Amino acid sequence: MSNIVDSLYNIRLLDDLARKKTFIHIIHPLIKLLTTIVYVAVLVSFERHEVSALLPFVFYPVFILSFAEIPVVPILKRVLLIEPLIIGIGILNPLFDNYSVVFGDIVVSRGWLTFLSIFIKCSLAVTVSILLVATTGMDKLALALRMLKIPRILVLQLLLTYRYIWLLIEEALRMMQAYSLRAPGRKGVKINDLGSFLGQMLLRAFDRAQRIYQTMSLRGFTGEYNAGDISKIRFRDFVYFAAWSLFFIIARIYNIAVLIGALLTGVGR
Amino acid sequence: MSHHKLEARSLYFSYPDGHEAVKNVSFTIYHGESVGLIGANGAGKSTLLMLLVGILFPSRGEVLVGDVRLTKKTLPAIRQRLGFVFQNPDDQLFMTTVYDDVAFGPRNYGLDEDEVKIRVEKALEMVGIPHLKDRAPFKLSGGEKRVAAIASVLSMQPDILIMDEPTSALDPKSRRRVITLLKNFKHTKIIASHDLDMVFETCRRVIVLNEGEIAADGMAEEILFNKELLESCGLEIPLSLQNCPVCGAFKYKSI
Amino acid sequence: MHMADALISPAVGGTMLAATAGIAAYSAKKVQNDMDESKIPLMGVMGAFVFAAQMINFSIPGTGSSGHLGGGMLLAILLGPYAGFLTMASILLIQALFFGDGGLLAYGCNVFNLGFYTCFVAYPLIYKKLVRKGVNPRSIFVGSMVSSMVGLQLGAFSVVVQTLLSGKTELPFGQFLLLMQPIHLAIGVIEGLATAAIVTFIWRARPEILERVAFGKSLGGVPIKKVLTGLVVAVVIVGGLLSWFASTNPDGLEWSIERVAGTAELETPDGIHKIFSEIQSKTAFLPDYGFKTDQDDVQNLPAVEDEEAWPSVDAGTSVSGIVGGAMTLVLAAFMGWIINISKKKRGKAVV
Ligand SMILES: Nc1ncnc2c1ncn2[C@@H]1O[C@H](COP(=O)(O)OP(=O)(O)OP(=O)(O)O)[C@@H](O)[C@H]1O
Ligand SMILES: [Mg+2]
Repeated sequence: MSNIVDSLYNIRLLDDLARKKTFIHIIHPLIKLLTTIVYVAVLVSFERHEVSALLPFVFYPVFILSFAEIPVVPILKRVLLIEPLIIGIGILNPLFDNYSVVFGDIVVSRGWLTFLSIFIKCSLAVTVSILLVATTGMDKLALALRMLKIPRILVLQLLLTYRYIWLLIEEALRMMQAYSLRAPGRKGVKINDLGSFLGQMLLRAFDRAQRIYQTMSLRGFTGEYNAGDISKIRFRDFVYFAAWSLFFIIARIYNIAVLIGALLTGVGR
Repeated sequence: MSHHKLEARSLYFSYPDGHEAVKNVSFTIYHGESVGLIGANGAGKSTLLMLLVGILFPSRGEVLVGDVRLTKKTLPAIRQRLGFVFQNPDDQLFMTTVYDDVAFGPRNYGLDEDEVKIRVEKALEMVGIPHLKDRAPFKLSGGEKRVAAIASVLSMQPDILIMDEPTSALDPKSRRRVITLLKNFKHTKIIASHDLDMVFETCRRVIVLNEGEIAADGMAEEILFNKELLESCGLEIPLSLQNCPVCGAFKYKSI
Repeated sequence: MHMADALISPAVGGTMLAATAGIAAYSAKKVQNDMDESKIPLMGVMGAFVFAAQMINFSIPGTGSSGHLGGGMLLAILLGPYAGFLTMASILLIQALFFGDGGLLAYGCNVFNLGFYTCFVAYPLIYKKLVRKGVNPRSIFVGSMVSSMVGLQLGAFSVVVQTLLSGKTELPFGQFLLLMQPIHLAIGVIEGLATAAIVTFIWRARPEILERVAFGKSLGGVPIKKVLTGLVVAVVIVGGLLSWFASTNPDGLEWSIERVAGTAELETPDGIHKIFSEIQSKTAFLPDYGFKTDQDDVQNLPAVEDEEAWPSVDAGTSVSGIVGGAMTLVLAAFMGWIINISKKKRGKAVV
């Protein structure tokens, strides 16, 4: 049941954070979405043994975390929850790749580099996706999607799903609590009860959908979703996008970490 | 102003499973009237309201809004003039911010965004929640949700306001707020409820439903004092009108 | 399982995003043309339902472990393939954004792996065929079970193929496949059990909901030929593109940089070089640490000999990488710290 509470808390937290009004929050949602996509695309384009060149990409999430006043711990916790899966896949790499790599006196299997590379990529990609909602919010993201010419009806459906997730998760939680009070010591719902447990929930969801449709059509809904005006992209939004993209591309071409290292150690040309 | 008139002419309605929920219901509600629709659980209040706004269509009889008969064809035009607030505000508030929810109706009627903004702000002002406009509906309290749902209907500037249980599940303070709000509306109102005290405060006329039929239709102070009638319909005299349970003193003289 | 950003290349991610967008656009058109608009809120609420249902764990008899619903098959059965696919797509988007399950670039892969095979392959070709003779608990059970298992097997296979085409891991095809398919066989059985249980309940309580999808309303019938043709065309295009990428280039973006800059390993321009080494001689705090190895030295290192050109095996750059990487992180943390401090100060000044 703790996972239900946890998810509720997570959605609520991100939704709350998205309503702040910092300099990051007021950047146009489409710009933030595109910047995030460029970031992830550049990040994952590094080949599989690359580690040091990935590190400068930490700047972007740190920048957002600090300027947007996002608490670090809950975001990291979320990222860590995703990690086991990626570790599961990543940990196999040293088994299958035993070329050795030498760092001064230390010799390691190159698979470990792959593992580290995947691990860093995953952490960063997950972090920036979560930071995107935490600084933008679902409603503004829907606006960005509309500007990308996603059919309005899909955007409406997405928003409805988001809206009712909250309600249905709460309902699931209440049902689960009621169930476990009458079935102490049991870890989950008995498979024999599952049909009626989830089925009841589903039927209520069906009826709810029907009532929602009624309230929508009473307010003139005829299958077309009329969202409000789309806010304009301003000059400083462009600058934000251009500056970060430039940084990502430079960091892709030059290994900034190695350059800094060279400055300090004197290795190089 | 005859176009604010709402008329039901011998309505009948059965659910697909054969249950006859509304039987031979007729009444006329004129401009500016406030009408309470009361009856026990399952008496058919919600069903009747849904017939009035065209969510359901009667198996016999007809509904007239102004002088226009409610049919599938006239529905879009008529719905613009009827504001219906559902029993459960979670069904009514389906967008991700209160603002978008209140704007949903006006936008569907093709108003431009400036006009929509004016309407939304006015509606939020009327129910006293301008500060909640950017909040997500799922984070509002029960009372806030209820008034937000009312605002989502007011923004369409309906002629007639129809509400199903506007005060159910509210704490005393939120309930009081909704009552004050309802009392201040100049609209024609129809309010279905078990909260007879609220009905007594907000409505001048009362229609009693019993098992789908109209059991009485008259002035609030006549019907709400009529112990026999109310009890035969599964209701009881509003608390505020009952004699003091401690000292037995009369609150109001029986009529 | 969810495909993660970290496991794919931009080329694979981008192609799958495009493929998914195509299917979604087609489905959206279908949904808008074929259905009444009351299905829009239904899709929205069903999406939320599946989301919540995924959190209900149930115990699996005889194993002591527990599982949960995935929901792809259930959505196809309750809403039909097009609406089911779109609903799955919005669930996955919310999961990617709020929970980091999958990712933005891997989004296309995930919708394809978890939505396409269930809604457009398993549902029309298996489930519908199996329950066509008559809806009853038996046919629902067999239909849900077989179609869930097949849908998940296809999805798992898809994950393996996408991972390998991306080349971000060392896992050999065979081993990865042997790992993924059996796991997903088990997951498929669980999914089948849960789907069958729910569908049977709905069929008992409100059969009209299932009938509405199966007949009438024209949202059940998928023109299989059309979809298969589309699929074949998509596979040929995607496959062709990918193998071209894979054979001539290590990676899509590297390829495009090569095009732009002329060489893949960008030479540092001379001017910058000079300035750089000047700054370097002043800043280096470990100037004589002995890593000034050049390429020839590296060639002699035993384990690296048989390697084909692998740019960053240079011990010198490796050390620079470690030191510089650490410095980068310190710098990043420092930046965050400074911003926080100055923000707090400003906050106080305002208050
Ligand atoms: N969808 C339905 N299908 C079949 N019967 C229904 C349906 N909805 C309501 N009924 C029946 O119709 C009758 C009237 O229901 P209605 O909801 O109108 O009552 P109500 O007066 O609003 O009750 P409450 O005070 O509990 O809200 C009840 O007997 C109910 O069981
Ligand atoms: Mg009712």
